[in-house]
Amino acid sequence: MSIHKLSLYELHKKFTAGEVTATEIVRAYGLRIGQVEPKVKAYITQAKDAAVAQAGALDASLKGWRKTSPMMGMPLAIKDNICTEGVLTTCASRMLGNFVPPYDATVIAKLRTQGYLLLGKTNLDEFAMGSSTENSAIGPSRNPWNLQCVPGGSSGGSAAAVAADECAAALGSDTGGSIRQPAAFCGVVGLKPTYGRVSRYGLIAFASSLDQIGPITKDVTDAAFLLGAIAGHDPLDSTSADVPVPDYLKALKKKDLKKLKVGVPVEFFAEGLDPEVEQAVRAAIEELQSLGGEIKEIQLPRTDAAVATYYVIATAEASSNLARYDGVKFGLRAKETKDLLELYMKTRQEGFGPEVKRRIMLGTYVLSAGYYDAYYGKAQAVRTLIRQDFEAAFQDVDLIVTPVTPTPAFKLGEKGDDPLQMYLSDIFTISVNLAGVPAIALPCGFSQGGLPIGLQLIGRPFGEDTLLRAAYAYEQSTQWRTKKPVIR
Amino acid sequence: MEITQQEVEKVAKLARLELTDIEKAAFAKQLSQILTHVGTLKQYDTTGVEPTATVLGQVNVFRPDIARTSLSVECAVANAPESTDGFFVVPKIIEDRQPL
Repeated sequence: MSIHKLSLYELHKKFTAGEVTATEIVRAYGLRIGQVEPKVKAYITQAKDAAVAQAGALDASLKGWRKTSPMMGMPLAIKDNICTEGVLTTCASRMLGNFVPPYDATVIAKLRTQGYLLLGKTNLDEFAMGSSTENSAIGPSRNPWNLQCVPGGSSGGSAAAVAADECAAALGSDTGGSIRQPAAFCGVVGLKPTYGRVSRYGLIAFASSLDQIGPITKDVTDAAFLLGAIAGHDPLDSTSADVPVPDYLKALKKKDLKKLKVGVPVEFFAEGLDPEVEQAVRAAIEELQSLGGEIKEIQLPRTDAAVATYYVIATAEASSNLARYDGVKFGLRAKETKDLLELYMKTRQEGFGPEVKRRIMLGTYVLSAGYYDAYYGKAQAVRTLIRQDFEAAFQDVDLIVTPVTPTPAFKLGEKGDDPLQMYLSDIFTISVNLAGVPAIALPCGFSQGGLPIGLQLIGRPFGEDTLLRAAYAYEQSTQWRTKKPVIR
Repeated sequence: MEITQQEVEKVAKLARLELTDIEKAAFAKQLSQILTHVGTLKQYDTTGVEPTATVLGQVNVFRPDIARTSLSVECAVANAPESTDGFFVVPKIIEDRQPL
């Protein structure tokens, strides 16, 4: 049995049954990481020694007693913008190169209580700003399916680690597609929960009205399993919703889409969609129909406005959130500055990379006197229209099905010089964040070049159970999940 | 939408960002491109449309006013670039006053 090839849920069952120890799990993943990490570069920080010690203690405490909690002994990778007490959390930024959080994010506290094993912190675009991990201060991660290609972003390290079997599952964060796009590029499952479903406490803020933590996993069952372990109301996050958490694994009992209406938005199948992606997604829609789903064409007329709306709201919130990096309380401080103003200016010049600076500039501009109404106010109003499009659509259908990305993974360096082109590639994922609804990305095929293609299912607010049910039915009726990358 | 280098400098100062000349030139061009794209939002009629600040529709969230443990002083300053006796150290911001 190769431990690293098991899914999270399979590993959980074996661990609970006493067929495998935590020490064996950590050893197996240590070996796997040693083999492929030099090529994939998924991690910023590895926590192997701590994990070994923790696993030993766990095994000792479990002697003769196998009543376990869901994540006990489970080896997970965590995106490096989620605070882990005592473990370096850098956001892939020079600014936080030495930052060791004095507290755990709520999701980490939940996992720690359950006895999870932290394998390491994964790479991302600096402060989660980007779609390729190329904006990481330590350099990009690679796509396990083709090392010349990006893994997507911003949670590219997490998606690459899952695809390369360098962890049993991972957490990412999604502000405009940062869980779903890398999941699609790496051929794994990524779930962005409803805004408020998972606590953001301890997630280093990028755009607070859009950010959400979620699972990146090897299959749909794992996504349901891990979501259940992190979801729920948190008094420490006033935007977390006080809505009961259902048993997401129970949602997987039905292996069909009977009585579900599935909407296909015409606007998502327009110009710019790669023919191979369109073909794979259209075939998946037929499969959803054969599983009992009633397919309906729908409209989300403001789809074209999503990118512009997003890059105003997200950058405005970011410029405000990132004002805290002032060289005083934590993080980098520029040396030899003559006064406080120069300390701020030089610290931020040295600490932030180009994309972060670009977004702070854009966000500051749209919030500045004279432009606020024309840009920020306008974008907030258009955001309402985008939400209304989704509300109207969900009057008619239970789910919406779309591609995740216009193309499969692109080559490293391919879009480096053109930020607007990079932003436009987020077209299919960002309206979901603006509307605050949940969505899941899962594999639905491969390009001729052997790169994965992703399918996106979008649900009603707090409708993760329906999303997971449909995704599971599709996954089980197809074979995509059995294909694994050969890393070379 | 054309953004001039002077506007870039003004915004950079507001954002407390020192930029190199190369960065200024690049941002003037890139921000112009991005804001031109953002300008397409004008075509959407938003007369009378309420802005969305949060999707949750919450108003105020209250919690009971109960004391709970917080970070120790040592913890709170542990990541500071410079601290002394549990305080953050910053450059002097008040000018020396001439003695009366």
